[in-house]
Amino acid sequence: MMYLRLFYEFFKTGLFAIGGGLATLPFLREMAAKYPNWFTEAQLADMIAISESTPGPIGVNMATYAGFSSGNVFGALCATLGIITPAILTIFLVTKILDAFRGNKYVNGVFYGLRPAVAGLIGAAGITVAKTALLCLPYAGNVLTLFHWPSVAIFVVVFVLLKVFKKHPLWYLAASALVGILLGYI
Amino acid sequence: MKDLFKLFFTFARIGGFTFGGGYAMLPMLQKELVEKQKWTTEEDLMDYYALAQCTPGVIAVNVATMIGCRKKGYLGGIIATLGVVFPSFVIIVIIAAVLKNYAELSIVKNAFVGIRACVCALILDSVIKLGKKAVLDVPTLLIAAVVFLLVCFYSISPIILVIAAGLLGLLLQGRRFLK
Repeated sequence: MMYLRLFYEFFKTGLFAIGGGLATLPFLREMAAKYPNWFTEAQLADMIAISESTPGPIGVNMATYAGFSSGNVFGALCATLGIITPAILTIFLVTKILDAFRGNKYVNGVFYGLRPAVAGLIGAAGITVAKTALLCLPYAGNVLTLFHWPSVAIFVVVFVLLKVFKKHPLWYLAASALVGILLGYI
Repeated sequence: MKDLFKLFFTFARIGGFTFGGGYAMLPMLQKELVEKQKWTTEEDLMDYYALAQCTPGVIAVNVATMIGCRKKGYLGGIIATLGVVFPSFVIIVIIAAVLKNYAELSIVKNAFVGIRACVCALILDSVIKLGKKAVLDVPTLLIAAVVFLLVCFYSISPIILVIAAGLLGLLLQGRRFLK
């Protein structure tokens, strides 16, 4: 019964959390209040930290973790399937509609405006990552201490290497993780 | 059958190496789907992102479902989606079961100093690639710049911006059709 409820609660979250990632947070907070024996609000902070420092979509990771805290592996499975099901169903519908209108000049007009907007959105997401990755905030009035120089160095080296060698991103990620670990010992 | 396996493993690889959610997945998608498998184009990828932003659910999942669905129908959509969440499912269950202090471990923290810096470079590289395909003239340059600034400085909801940009595109192109 609890598994069904887990599926249902995360299905709702998946249906109403539009925009991905941390958009699921308010729903999880509500769930913690409604079902205190599943997980508590205090646990949410750990969940965010773990979801952000493991691979995979953050929203789904949060669901898996919350599901596991509530009902072990099967709970994790129910919560994960719950959160992705509404997305799968909506996307099926959207793809079908889109295919029906493929090549339509009005739809093309819409995408003409959408594409640069997406480029802008992703650029802005990059700035958000850069703030936590490359800067030491809050700003203490000294430009030299504002930047986390080892990170800036990794950033520049990876960016240049990306232009020179067309290697798979996972190599750069693995190498950067290693450099980060090594720098920790210095 | 072989195609479905390929879909699953390609998306599992993407999901297993995406750090930081939907937008950070873009460099992996470009490499795997546009450059390696040639399943889609940069333009289509942007369309998927725009739609994923405005439909319910996690962006990374939405994009996986859309590409899987295009490639191999409904079953393909389901397989691609299961693929993209599979590695993190396993990892999270292990962490939740035995490594609750995982995020506090200094080795993990240090690794993430490197990973985050790398993700910045990957995203910048992706945005430049996308920008070349999306910014075609002065109006599209303005749309990209205005969206970027509004999200950075005013934290306006991306959904509203995507809808507004779509309408603007329709208006601008529509005017061209009427001429």
